[in-house]
Amino acid sequence: MSETNKKWYSLNLNQSKKSDSCGCGNNEGSCSEEKPKDGFDQIMDVSMSRRSAFKKITAGLVIGAGAVSTACSVVSGDESKEKSGIEWDEYFKGNYKLMTDEDKNKTVDRLTRSYELRTGKNLSMSSKDAEEDVLFGYAFNISKCQGYMDCVNACVEENNQDRSTEMQYIRIHEMEDGKGFNFEESDDNYYHEVPAENHFYMGTQCFHCDNPPCVEVCPVQATWKEKDGIVVIDYDWCIGCRYCMAACPYDGRRFNWKTPEVPEQEVNKKQHYLGNRLRKKGVMEKCTFCIQRTREGQNPACVEACPTGSRTFGNLLDPKSNIRWILENKKVFRLKEDLGTEPKFWYYMD
Amino acid sequence: MKTLKVFGSLVKDAFLEVTHGSKSYHIWMAVLSFIMLFGMYNYSIQLEEGLSATGMTDRVSWGLYISNFTFLVGVAAAAVMLVLPAYVLKNIDFKQAVLIGEGLAVSALLMCLAFVVADMGGPARLWHMIPIIGVFNFPNSMLAWDVIVLNGYLFINITIPLYILIMRYQGKTPNPKIYIPGVFISVFWAVGIHMVTAFLYQGLQARPFWNNALLGPRFLASAFAAGPALIIIVLAIIRKFTAFKVPDNTIKKISMIVTVAAQINLIMLISELFKEFYAPTHHSISAVYLFFGIGDKTALLPWIWTSISLNVFATVALTFHKVRSNLKLLYVLCGMLFVAIWIEKGFGLIVPGFIPGPWGKIAEYTPSLVEISVTLGIWAMGAFIFTVLAKTGIAIELGQLVYKKKK
Repeated sequence: MSETNKKWYSLNLNQSKKSDSCGCGNNEGSCSEEKPKDGFDQIMDVSMSRRSAFKKITAGLVIGAGAVSTACSVVSGDESKEKSGIEWDEYFKGNYKLMTDEDKNKTVDRLTRSYELRTGKNLSMSSKDAEEDVLFGYAFNISKCQGYMDCVNACVEENNQDRSTEMQYIRIHEMEDGKGFNFEESDDNYYHEVPAENHFYMGTQCFHCDNPPCVEVCPVQATWKEKDGIVVIDYDWCIGCRYCMAACPYDGRRFNWKTPEVPEQEVNKKQHYLGNRLRKKGVMEKCTFCIQRTREGQNPACVEACPTGSRTFGNLLDPKSNIRWILENKKVFRLKEDLGTEPKFWYYMD
Repeated sequence: MKTLKVFGSLVKDAFLEVTHGSKSYHIWMAVLSFIMLFGMYNYSIQLEEGLSATGMTDRVSWGLYISNFTFLVGVAAAAVMLVLPAYVLKNIDFKQAVLIGEGLAVSALLMCLAFVVADMGGPARLWHMIPIIGVFNFPNSMLAWDVIVLNGYLFINITIPLYILIMRYQGKTPNPKIYIPGVFISVFWAVGIHMVTAFLYQGLQARPFWNNALLGPRFLASAFAAGPALIIIVLAIIRKFTAFKVPDNTIKKISMIVTVAAQINLIMLISELFKEFYAPTHHSISAVYLFFGIGDKTALLPWIWTSISLNVFATVALTFHKVRSNLKLLYVLCGMLFVAIWIEKGFGLIVPGFIPGPWGKIAEYTPSLVEISVTLGIWAMGAFIFTVLAKTGIAIELGQLVYKKKK
């Protein structure tokens, strides 16, 4: 962290920790020494070679037996062979965070091809990395939000969330005037006309903490902070232990308790590997600041959908951005700052 | 080569040993097998449908499985603590207890691992956790630590008794120089597995109910009450049904350990209650929910008050020397203590951690039938493994099972 970037910190509880925990998804700026320090490349090489050895050893063993037999079968058609080949490679692929660009492209190709084989439809999946000098942040104007929940709907459609359990990344809390920010008594599951009289609204979602407790606890590094500050999950690496869910103080994470269902015609086909691609059962997911949009320079779906303008998204490192203007000119605050998580999600009032 | 041959013969003999027994033994094993199969059937439902077959939700994301896991880590740790007096203090009459204790530790650990696997959303992807092949978030993740310490502990607790039993099986005396260092390591390791498991919860700033410095020590105290209490009960059963001699004195000495640990546990409970209720804060809501319920959300009340009354009653009764010396009473009290701590360290600890949720939502948790059946199945598996281990061990100790002595 260079001095100028510290501007948006109000709490320095974890500064010492932060400076030497240059894990993987550190902030922009000071991570030139990252490569020699943690040597992910070396781990990568080792793990890949061992992994291929593991592949050979386990070939024909229980786990992939079905896939292998189909893949080697002379009777089954080319398509089902290809399908099992993809399943096999997908099962044994590594952690996305440690993949080379070539591996990333390969798995993206496999996933799009697999979707084509399943449904006959094409989708575009990106594996675009974070851009230089970008650190995303979010601001929420409590005075403006009327609780319409357009953000929630847009989010569900954009991010291919499970329709059958009505999974939602965003929660809008309806609070009574005169009681302050009383989350205990607020209602995050209302079905009446809004804005309700004598109430105000406040949205929560994943805050993309700069010091995310969920990332620390994951036993397999299936979740991490990208260079542009987005906390992401590798859905194919997650083992579904839900430790991150227990560690999140903001209720930011959602789990696929069953196989998620999205009707084919509603699937958003513009996808990102770390973002809105289709998930499977037994893995964690959450808001990714719509990584498939924001890395292309667009706003997240919730920001775009909000009819009141309560949501602002932008690059914290760009002094001319709206979000920086808000941080510098409004009385902003964050939730549960005492926990030292450094959310990149601020609230303010007019 | 020779060792392998001996081991092969031991496995063969042990197989014969565990497949032969009295009628009640066969019924016992048949019942356990049935429950295990029932549990496996239910697990297959869970695999098919996903974890939605359980009662867990996004609001309460850990339930019965993790509760039992937590409790059993304690049982595994405590069982081995008996090793120390037996081998190191040359307190001869503990030795029988130790063999049983280590068998108990192995079964408890296998149950722990089974509960963790049952709780996983993607058990097929568990290879991601294997060091080198997968990516292990060590040392940052306490769960990664837990995987290491639990498997290490399992390894130690399999090798030591195996070495001793193989030597006895051949009619030789085990060499203390070989196994005593292992015994020492396992004792420290036992404390380690328990502290690491406590840290798994204690380290979460998101959950004030767990984020409390007393959690680790209290885990230890309650484990050293519940673990040896279980050993006393098991010894009583073994004494009744086998020719294995367990002197009264051994049981009385173990009951001393149980009593002291239960007393310390009670003191810590009082300290926790004082902190939560003398000057309640926002962070006390979990405790309020656990002990008194919030509004009509009172699912845990019957459980926790059963636990507390059993706990207090058993601890106070055990404190009296006269009561403790009466073996019949002792067994009952040990049973009460075991159940009390199972509730308290199980869902009395895990579930309130999630209630209220991060935004104050009170969403209750009730385990589903599938979840309960899988849990029962895993307990039956533990009992099954323990019976097999204990029966073999006892036969070797009694000299019924000897190398090359073919029946």
